[in-house]
Amino acid sequence: MKKIVILGAGTGGTIMANKLRKALDREEWEITIVDKHKTHYYQPGFLFIPFGIYKKQDVIKSKADFIPSGVKLIFNEIDKIEPENNKVILEGGQILNYDFLIIATGTHVSPEDTPGLKEELWHKEIFDFYTIEGALALREFFETWQGGRLVMNIAELPFKCPVAPLEFVFLADEYFTKAGIRNKVDITYVTPLPGAFTKPKATKMLGELLKEKNITVIPDFYLESVDNKEKKIKSYDGKEIPFDVLTIVPVNKGDDAIERSGMGDDLNYIPTDKQTLRSEKYENIFVLGDASNIPTSKAGSVVHFASDVVFDNLMCSIKGRRMRAHFDGHANCYIETGFGKGSIIDFNYETEPLAGNYPLPGIGPFGLLQNTKMNHYGKVIFRWIYWHILLKGKELPVESEMSMAGKKK
Amino acid sequence: MAQKTYAGVTLEVTEDGYLVDSTKWNEEIAKEIAKEEGIELTDKHFAVLKYIRENQAGLTIRKVGKSGIVDIKGFYDLFPGGPLKLSSKIAGINKPTSCV
Repeated sequence: MKKIVILGAGTGGTIMANKLRKALDREEWEITIVDKHKTHYYQPGFLFIPFGIYKKQDVIKSKADFIPSGVKLIFNEIDKIEPENNKVILEGGQILNYDFLIIATGTHVSPEDTPGLKEELWHKEIFDFYTIEGALALREFFETWQGGRLVMNIAELPFKCPVAPLEFVFLADEYFTKAGIRNKVDITYVTPLPGAFTKPKATKMLGELLKEKNITVIPDFYLESVDNKEKKIKSYDGKEIPFDVLTIVPVNKGDDAIERSGMGDDLNYIPTDKQTLRSEKYENIFVLGDASNIPTSKAGSVVHFASDVVFDNLMCSIKGRRMRAHFDGHANCYIETGFGKGSIIDFNYETEPLAGNYPLPGIGPFGLLQNTKMNHYGKVIFRWIYWHILLKGKELPVESEMSMAGKKK
Repeated sequence: MAQKTYAGVTLEVTEDGYLVDSTKWNEEIAKEIAKEEGIELTDKHFAVLKYIRENQAGLTIRKVGKSGIVDIKGFYDLFPGGPLKLSSKIAGINKPTSCV
């Protein structure tokens, strides 16, 4: 019996388990998937929790419900990977041997990496919304907040879902407007980037939207520490910004097991060939999604598109053939902009987000780099698509490879 | 593409002032670019520039801070404001791209 081991039963791992079980003979291939958590979180939904739009039950389901029969599911911590010996050691000493390994262990927030961040104000006046605990604590805080200085800060690049903090401030603008206290809430967006976003056209569009909504942007701010007593964030070059409530994207890192295995870079991301999605070092290891160091967004859409490439290349490798699929870095992000509207950006390694229609050229129904109600409905409907189609590895009417059709240069 | 003359050599530069061909770079050119940015280069600066030229792929402020040559604070002291952008420009390499 030959063996495939998948590490991580998040978006990427779950999609791969579904695709592979369908494609490979059960008599010939054993598939095992490992995760330390039993709950599958719909992470794009975390953003809506602080504003009371989603509740906890809207974003959680059991991981086991999405793993097909015929795939062995193990809930345990990964101690380490021994790629030279083709084995994974789990906590407690259980050993999983493999012929092929798929690493989809994702990325997580690490507030411990910033001095002062996870201290007395943590989840009292300083919040992340990348964990269910942070999002729920912030919900409770916002419900009765009287207003003041709200600072949204990004600690380090890269981070998961690069548009989320922008969406957060847009939704905060709407929330406090509807609560009748927007005039008492000062919203500041503090980023290490030179502007609202990385790519020029999207930065321009989003920058204008921020201005329209009276949200101040402070660019080029690289967070060194948080002062809990004075309630200030401090940058390496001595800039200080005071806050009454700080919402933060802490430093993002790959899984600790990657560090223990000595397979990651300085942020525990695995050096991965950006086209084949195979480990740069090991021919029988593929890296899917946020766990890799490929230069594109850390986002579910990327994982979804990349899973087609990993699947194709793994099938080629199994048959001893040359890998033929190439990932183009395709990412597609809905951006909630508040008041029932949204925008969409679609881009890859080479092409920045451009205006146009998606997914059907000239028709849409979604407008790229435009602020429309239809785009917002897309995001609302997406939660259903995620649970019912995407995780199960079924076909969606969008292409893995980015298309220039419908885009304006 | 614009042209600029540094240390008696006419070089092609991007619209942001980054050298197009990093192989044409030398220490004299670096000194003149640095002067335009209001920086007087010391041995410490050159040690950082050497590291940056040798580790161009996937360069981040964090990585430079872990290089053993300079910590992040020191990097900001040497190249105030935007240390990665400034040092890349003075080191004659491409403008750093942050991908998110």
